[in-house]
Amino acid sequence: MSSLEAASISHSFSDKHVLKQIDLELKEGRIYSIIGPNGSGKSTLLHVLSRQLKPDHGQIYWKQADLYRLPPKKVAQELALLAQVNDVMDLTVEQLISYGRTPHKSMFQRLDEEDQIIIDEAIQLTKLEALRKRNVSQLSGGERQRAWIALCLAQQPKVLFLDEPTTYLDISHQLDVLEIVTQLQKTQNVTIVMVLHDLNHAAVYSDEVIVVKEGRIYGQGTPKEMMNPDMFKDVFNVHADIYEDKDNELLRIVMKPLKD
Amino acid sequence: MSKKEALRDRAGWKGLIVVIFAVLMVISTIFSIQFGSAKIPLKDIWTTFTGDIQSDFQNIIWNIRVPRTFVAILVGANLAVAGVLLQGIMKNPLADPYIIGVSSGAGLAGMIVLILYPHLPHILTPVAFIGATIVAFTVYALAWEKGIAPTRIILAGVAISAFLGSGISALMVFYSDRVQGTIDFMVGGLSARSWPQVEVILPYSIVGILLAIIGIRKMNLLMLGDRTAKSLGARVEWIRFSMTAVATLLAASAVSVVGLLGFVGLIVPHTARLIVGNDYRVLLPASIFLGAAILTASDTLGRIMFAPIEVPVGVIMGAIGAPFFLYLLRRKMV
Ligand SMILES: Nc1ncnc2c1ncn2[C@@H]1O[C@H](COP(=O)(O)OP(=O)(O)OP(=O)(O)O)[C@@H](O)[C@H]1O
Ligand SMILES: [Mg+2]
Repeated sequence: MSSLEAASISHSFSDKHVLKQIDLELKEGRIYSIIGPNGSGKSTLLHVLSRQLKPDHGQIYWKQADLYRLPPKKVAQELALLAQVNDVMDLTVEQLISYGRTPHKSMFQRLDEEDQIIIDEAIQLTKLEALRKRNVSQLSGGERQRAWIALCLAQQPKVLFLDEPTTYLDISHQLDVLEIVTQLQKTQNVTIVMVLHDLNHAAVYSDEVIVVKEGRIYGQGTPKEMMNPDMFKDVFNVHADIYEDKDNELLRIVMKPLKD
Repeated sequence: MSKKEALRDRAGWKGLIVVIFAVLMVISTIFSIQFGSAKIPLKDIWTTFTGDIQSDFQNIIWNIRVPRTFVAILVGANLAVAGVLLQGIMKNPLADPYIIGVSSGAGLAGMIVLILYPHLPHILTPVAFIGATIVAFTVYALAWEKGIAPTRIILAGVAISAFLGSGISALMVFYSDRVQGTIDFMVGGLSARSWPQVEVILPYSIVGILLAIIGIRKMNLLMLGDRTAKSLGARVEWIRFSMTAVATLLAASAVSVVGLLGFVGLIVPHTARLIVGNDYRVLLPASIFLGAAILTASDTLGRIMFAPIEVPVGVIMGAIGAPFFLYLLRRKMV
């Protein structure tokens, strides 16, 4: 069953065509990675899909309804975005995370015990217990990133969009984030759509990979289908050797500059 | 650091600050009624309000001091709220009611009335108000392109202000003999402001401040950044537009009554922010009370400092505000 569907989307900034005639189908409860070179339009695609940016042309359907005609608050109960860049806040970690409950509350409603439980869970999952009273502006880049992820978790979305969630993180915290994401998908059937730059991570952690090149979908499929030397050459302009780990059914990619 | 933070974190502490600001407002209100060309004993103020005994000062209190103080409170609150809203909307610590063109709009319109139609003083307030509002919305429209970018508003505001400023200067050059009568308006002053001015500004204060209170949660969301705010269901463009409109009406009604009073909309929100933080649930009431208190106190000071000469409140605000602002700058708190 497809839950999010994009039909011939185009978008331009000023007169620069950033997305060109994109068609896409995202199924419920799967993990998608969007990969592509810098400036290829990954973030823009993510914004269009998450109701951040109405495209110039084309439609997005969320469960058959036109996404941009649904009330924003209703959408926010089901879709959440972790942006690529976030400001520094003068708030405690816990205060920041508690904003995740906003879409589930009416205008003057206060947070109740149930909200607090959800907030605590988000803090636990992102391992922020020791930092919950700290000011976000005093955290390291990685800690801050986890706080923003926790904000999205507290939102309890059905689809979680993440724009380069592992940037700034050391390798152990990168894997933590990817594990959190996997766990959300497994336990709560959350659909994950994330932009990743680490292609090995994309290969290991996604059910499907969406390859973007110059504002078009170069291809979409399982990591095994998509990760081949031709794609790496066409899209990333690198030479890639791909090894298959038979025991774990995982791919391992070793990349080198193209020699011409 | 951590100790200070632990303090900052306690909601009760911040609530206490708001109460302190409110008390400051009450104290400066009493001073403002008490001091002036004649000093009025507290006892007479009390009996005038309770209406028990006829006081000699009844006339001064009711027709001069009380309405003037009332105007000071409303203007201070309006400009402070306008500033605190605009700083959040523009995400710029330097945003104040003047950056959106309110001052240059009211300024040019007001100068036209004062210089070209000096025989029609009663149209000064409405014309200044209309000028401020038209210019603010022009700036907004000029900055619009598929949504509103704060930097574009600020740049458009600066450009329009420079343009209208040259108009003001031209008027002053061509009618240099009439400039004297415009000084009070150009620097912002409260002298001779009475019940008619209260009537002008009060409706905007009530409606504007109520709308600002309704917008508190939205302003807090905006603080998280546009993307996150949208992701949490906020209509970012609408919040920007509606809150700019609220700020415009608050500021326009204030400047149309007192003239181009600078610094309140910048200094007060900053000071409040430094003390209570960024949460609009506390920041908004703190700014309201602090703005009212500072303006009322400055006006009282201006009346007694060089009596019988009255120093316009705008001069006092500039004299206190500018050094204070530099102090903030030195401490890198802006
Ligand atoms: N708000 C904007 N205004 C103008 N141009 C923009 C805007 N946002 C993106 N672009 C342009 O659109 C193109 C695609 O940008 P986008 O952010 O989607 O790329 P990306 O694939 O996410 O890149 P990266 O890997 O560097 O994050 C870029 O050329 C960028 O300069
Ligand atoms: Mg990007």
